[in-house]
Amino acid sequence: MRNMLAIISNVLRGTASRNGAELVSEGARVVVSARTYADFTPQASFDIKKCDVHKLEEGPPLQAVLTREEGLQYYRTMQTMRRMELKSDQLYKQKIIRGFCHLYDGQEACAVGIEAGINLTDHLITAYRAHGYTLTRGGTVREIMAELTGRRGGIAKGKGGSMHMYTKHFYGGNGIVGAQVPLGAGVALACKYLGKNELCVCLYGDGAANQGQIFETYNMASLWKLPCIFICENNKYGMGTSVERAAASTDYFKRGDFIPGLRVDGMDVLCVREATKFAAEHCRSGKGPILMELQTYRYHGHSMSDPGISYRTREEIQEVRSKSDPISMLKDRMLSNNMASVEELKEIDVEVRKEIEDAAQFATTDPEPPLDDLCNHIFYNDPPMEVRGTNPWTKLKSVS
Amino acid sequence: MFYIRVTVRDALNQAMDEELERDERVFLLGEEVAQYDGAYKVSRGLWKKYGDKRIIDTPITEMGFAGIAVGAAMAGLRPICEFMTFNFSMQAIDQVINSAAKTYYMSAGRQSVPIVFRGPNGASAGVAAQHSQCFAAWYGHCPGLKVVSPWSAEDARGLLKSAIRDDNPVVFLENELMYGVPFEMSEESQSKDFLIPIGKAKIERQGNHITVVSHSRMVSLCLDAAAVLAKEGIECEVINMRTIRPLDAEAIETSVMKTNHLITVEGGWPQFGVGGEILARIMEGPAFNYLDAPAVRVTGVDIPMPYAKILEDNSVPQIKDIIFSVKKTLNA
Repeated sequence: MRNMLAIISNVLRGTASRNGAELVSEGARVVVSARTYADFTPQASFDIKKCDVHKLEEGPPLQAVLTREEGLQYYRTMQTMRRMELKSDQLYKQKIIRGFCHLYDGQEACAVGIEAGINLTDHLITAYRAHGYTLTRGGTVREIMAELTGRRGGIAKGKGGSMHMYTKHFYGGNGIVGAQVPLGAGVALACKYLGKNELCVCLYGDGAANQGQIFETYNMASLWKLPCIFICENNKYGMGTSVERAAASTDYFKRGDFIPGLRVDGMDVLCVREATKFAAEHCRSGKGPILMELQTYRYHGHSMSDPGISYRTREEIQEVRSKSDPISMLKDRMLSNNMASVEELKEIDVEVRKEIEDAAQFATTDPEPPLDDLCNHIFYNDPPMEVRGTNPWTKLKSVS
Repeated sequence: MFYIRVTVRDALNQAMDEELERDERVFLLGEEVAQYDGAYKVSRGLWKKYGDKRIIDTPITEMGFAGIAVGAAMAGLRPICEFMTFNFSMQAIDQVINSAAKTYYMSAGRQSVPIVFRGPNGASAGVAAQHSQCFAAWYGHCPGLKVVSPWSAEDARGLLKSAIRDDNPVVFLENELMYGVPFEMSEESQSKDFLIPIGKAKIERQGNHITVVSHSRMVSLCLDAAAVLAKEGIECEVINMRTIRPLDAEAIETSVMKTNHLITVEGGWPQFGVGGEILARIMEGPAFNYLDAPAVRVTGVDIPMPYAKILEDNSVPQIKDIIFSVKKTLNA
């Protein structure tokens, strides 16, 4: 505890002098050092934006209670996600990550808020902008980054890459736009069939929302009352095409027609959490599927190949960053309600930075998968078999 | 010896019934499989016995319900997904290949997909171009899938049970014209644990002069052709592939090294087909040096399937085509 306080006051002193501010006086320093966690507000209630509803009598509550522990955890996770994605951007530009890389920065409140509204025993599936969910579903930064760099320590041993990461009750990471939606409903069918009171969160973007297979899925999920929360992450652009240019109706929360829907502020982690809890309750009570549209924003382009400024202005991006950044919003709420201190949050930042650095170090130094892993994992639970190589004389070995 | 006569349809029905009973994670979904008893009555009686939870009628939305089936398999169930015909599987082919076949590999072994896609494949009678395509070559092309093509009732029973018990995606290509054909089945084959291994061909008829390799309904024609040829002193060794992928190249090679001659017979189109793969393997393998004549393929005609009976009859191999090709190969 003493060590911790010493670190905090050193950091504060250091920061203060770096910023050119007046050195904290001896007296003030003593006051800072004496501050304990008992001084912080243990929990506070926040007003959250009202959700537009479709085919629902009422929506999620207009207030959310946030405890200090929850706040610090959401902050840490969102910051980890943010730093991880920015680090990946760096590694991509250095050509250490290759191929597809779809970054999630800006959308952190969605992944973190959703996970806060469900249990790890529930199920989740998303599309290709999946690094954030891999983290919330139990993946480590190390194994995520090592997968991006294609190393043997990657979460898929280097064989999947950015779009194909899996953990328990997390079904990827899916490259084909929209295909994950029927899959998610299938997972929900299994949940209902096996009777374990679990549900499936099934995510897709504003671009995918026009896919036919999604409407086929709405129909079957509704007919069979599958415990499925459909979530449209509307970040306003499907690759380079704005929502107005792609959809005859941009009210994505209504597109489920006979499925009740909510339109949620996806930049506010508390709003997302409360909506998810509301939706989960709906599903678990046997009412069938429900649809949530999260209004969110991605700072990066569609992928690392897209600078992201040919179809939107830098001003727009900057405006979202300054007015609606999910991490800033949470930070401001916590600080202005005395739920955490600046130093404390800075310390989390330092820890996060270190975690990312370590992970990046691992991801760049871990060896690539061994060549004799090339043909493995074709079939599960099968005896070893031979796989033809590039020529008839090359016979490669494949084990399950 | 105890034999009973069972049609291919009934063999499939019994296999599904037994596997549904054996493992409660197994369920069947598809169009008309429940209350209609199956478009071709293959699932007759199953809904009455197992109910709505396990025998599910779907709307006419292949991409959607195939995806749902794959998702259910990922989450711990063992679905049998029926396509009313494999022609309709084209609507869902992305789910079969990208969601089912490739996932175990992409996840480096974390996520398996124990699913069976089954239904009638290939030419029928008078159903014209959009309903007559053979998909053996298309699905046989893809790593991560097992592709099975039964001929007899015994094949249907043993291979479907193996497919359902297999922990991987299996494409099970039936044939509508074979559903009503009865076969004699041994007592042994009636056991609830009678399984035919996927990936092993069967020699249906032994012979020394030429190897004739086929799958599905064409095996019947090969045997009929072999009977005619036997009267002229030509003894064909007829091999029933049973599985398209993994292909039992060894069985074919062993036979060719004995007979020195090879033809393949299939209902599908010639280009980039099952026969093409077999011939390529023979070229690349130990049996090439034993060939006394080039190996040839007997296939469906390279056209969309016409409707008029005389045209349709001439669009698929007939017994006379097989006989002709055998004789040409032997005289080469």
